[in-house]
Amino acid sequence: MSKKAFLSANEAAAHGVRLCRPDVVAAYPITPQTTLVEKLADFLADGEADFRYMMVESEHSAMAAALGASMMGARTFTASSSQGLLYMCEMLSYVSGARHPVVMVDANRATATPWNIYGDQRDVFAMRDSGWIMLFAENGQEALDMVIQAYKLAEDPEVMTPVMVNLDGFTLTHTYDLVEIPEQEEVDAFLPPFKTSNKLDLEDPKTLCQTVGPDFHMEGRYLQQQAFEKAKEKIAAYDREYGEMTGRSYGGMIEEYRCEDAELVLVTTGSVSGTTRIVVDCLREEGKKVGMIRVRSYRPFPKEYFDSIKDRFAAMGVIDRSLSFGLEGTLYSEVKAELYGGSAKLVNFIVGLGGRDIPKDLIAMMYDKLDRMQKNEAEEEVQFLGMRW
Amino acid sequence: MNKPAWNKDYQAPSGWDTMFFGASNGVGILPTPNSGFRTFHPVVDQDACIHCNLCWIYCPEGCIEKETGKMVVDMDYCKGCGICANECPRKCISMVKDGEQDE
Amino acid sequence: MAINLKNMSDQELIYGAKTCQGCGAIMAARMAMKILGEKTCLATPACCFAATTTVYPQSAIFVNNVITAFPALAATASGMAVAAEAMGWGDDVNILALAGDGGTVDIGLQGLSGAAERNDNIIYICYDNEAYMNTGVQRSASTPYGSWTTTTPTGPCSKGEKNKIKKNLFEIMIAHRVPYAATASVAYPIDFMEKVEKARKIKGCKVIHVSAPCPTGWGYDPSKTVEIGKKAVEAGLWQLAEWEGSGKPRLTYQPKELSPVEPYLKMQKRFKHLQPEDIQEIQELRDAQWQRIMETYDK
Repeated sequence: MSKKAFLSANEAAAHGVRLCRPDVVAAYPITPQTTLVEKLADFLADGEADFRYMMVESEHSAMAAALGASMMGARTFTASSSQGLLYMCEMLSYVSGARHPVVMVDANRATATPWNIYGDQRDVFAMRDSGWIMLFAENGQEALDMVIQAYKLAEDPEVMTPVMVNLDGFTLTHTYDLVEIPEQEEVDAFLPPFKTSNKLDLEDPKTLCQTVGPDFHMEGRYLQQQAFEKAKEKIAAYDREYGEMTGRSYGGMIEEYRCEDAELVLVTTGSVSGTTRIVVDCLREEGKKVGMIRVRSYRPFPKEYFDSIKDRFAAMGVIDRSLSFGLEGTLYSEVKAELYGGSAKLVNFIVGLGGRDIPKDLIAMMYDKLDRMQKNEAEEEVQFLGMRW
Repeated sequence: MNKPAWNKDYQAPSGWDTMFFGASNGVGILPTPNSGFRTFHPVVDQDACIHCNLCWIYCPEGCIEKETGKMVVDMDYCKGCGICANECPRKCISMVKDGEQDE
Repeated sequence: MAINLKNMSDQELIYGAKTCQGCGAIMAARMAMKILGEKTCLATPACCFAATTTVYPQSAIFVNNVITAFPALAATASGMAVAAEAMGWGDDVNILALAGDGGTVDIGLQGLSGAAERNDNIIYICYDNEAYMNTGVQRSASTPYGSWTTTTPTGPCSKGEKNKIKKNLFEIMIAHRVPYAATASVAYPIDFMEKVEKARKIKGCKVIHVSAPCPTGWGYDPSKTVEIGKKAVEAGLWQLAEWEGSGKPRLTYQPKELSPVEPYLKMQKRFKHLQPEDIQEIQELRDAQWQRIMETYDK
């Protein structure tokens, strides 16, 4: 029987890691990731886990050590945030290009400067093209479940691509919720031991992370793209399989919430989805046809899904806790590109940068704006909401 | 000769079925020789050679055969740097331009 | 068993590399691998060695090997060593990290310091060719005073490299209290290989800094690599030393009398601009360094 505990998303993710029986964890502390790596240390201290814990001297070395361990065939974990993730950046593409299925948690946090330890998603979106699968959890329970599914996905022979599980800094990492912790036997049945031939081997020696010039480089990149295409099906398939085991299923690359007859929808990632859900419920009680589309997988991007809903809604707003200076919100650009040629009116809401709160009335205001757009009233395409002035 | 050899029959991947995975390869694959580096090659006075093995250990390429009673060089991989000739304590190795008389 | 040329393996585990003629770096790699053997996983960052041994489809390394990012060698090797232990690879497997001077004393030093502090079970060999040779002879923290490089060009306002002291990796590692640290030179293969053999037998983070002359970057005839390496040691511009985890560092070879620095400098184009007073200054710097060594090292 699984048991329930009152956990932060960081602690929940740590339980997910423990249940996956990693061989090596390499990490360096950074707020707001710290309580995750502390919890992993507690597991070792209490004899509840058995892995080698490398407390390295930087995030760059954390990812380098994870690469080294993975090349030996070890199941490997690391976690970071913000400047730490940026510092890892160089190693992210080493790990992904050489196809080592490392799993990491990124506690999403603003990037300096100004120095700010609070949540937004500019860190992960800056790593967009690192070749990592990027998933976003909405709450602590999903954080735990997503880590377990992340290993299954990363180590799938047709995927063999590292996975980054994103948790909004503080909003998720440091808030507590009742979380169901699966039994070890359940997770063992879902996630078999890591086996790969893409590792060093005394019987069959290998060169790994080799140099490849123009003559074969593109073919390798094409295969990476194919792996991401495969991952699209597998994210949903493993979510279903996990759901059959635990009773918890999240829906694959996206989750629709009350979208069936909706006319106005907001597109979300991560923790803001929880607030949006509540606002949707309130507005539905008032008879408004509103819904939410939650993006769970940013890479691979649910391209086919957005292609299929081009004309389904009257107006759509994309909530971005990030910004690509000189353009618009990062998620918005991509959603807009997929909806090109459709009939939905589009707007981008930039909110919650540097940990700024995103209260319910702000979300309600977004639906009001969508309502006005549906009535052909003009709205600016990119709007900063929740500003002091 | 106990040396790795030029893989003359090496075939590059010709399709997706033979394409390498990730950034991986086997080890010890020499699809091309290094003789193109060379202008001069070592020629030894076998009678004067005392088989001290200094040329063997100093050769950056490892292309001199050890203790065969006769100094033998893998000419596919000798680059002609001349360290062997320079370090020979008996000065019995001379560097001769490729294509000219050996003895 | 003492190491000598007679009993040394004739198996070549580094072969067919596209290094320049007379390359000291590949000599260092080949000699080290003669000691470490087939049960070695070799890691190297982007450097001369990587660029000449493992450009697909070529693989001039005959054991398991990986390339990692320039600053990441020590941490990558640490991860390999820790995983080897976790996965039960056995105590006889060597994790060899091999990098140049730039990859070690500049961009790689933080990672190496971390590996040394954690005492991860690796053998780290820095082949020192005294500049960034793979990118075309730019200065590093290991470039000697007065040396021309492409980023310390000589001219009316420049006499080449300005910093008077090379970063001292050996003593930095001693300060970390690693179980074994050494300096060596490819011109003294037995000395170097004995040090590799000692390192192989010790558990923990072992670091060997080996001088590896570079004909291309230093500007001398490729046949002179060993000769020039010996001259550096005989002139006291490089030392052969070791530290076995306690006490004082020890010279493993001491020239009877230091030879003048001038013949060594004059053999190399990178020093050809130096005037007699510059050479005199280098000799005085050498004297000061040597005096310090005499005072602090065992002979």
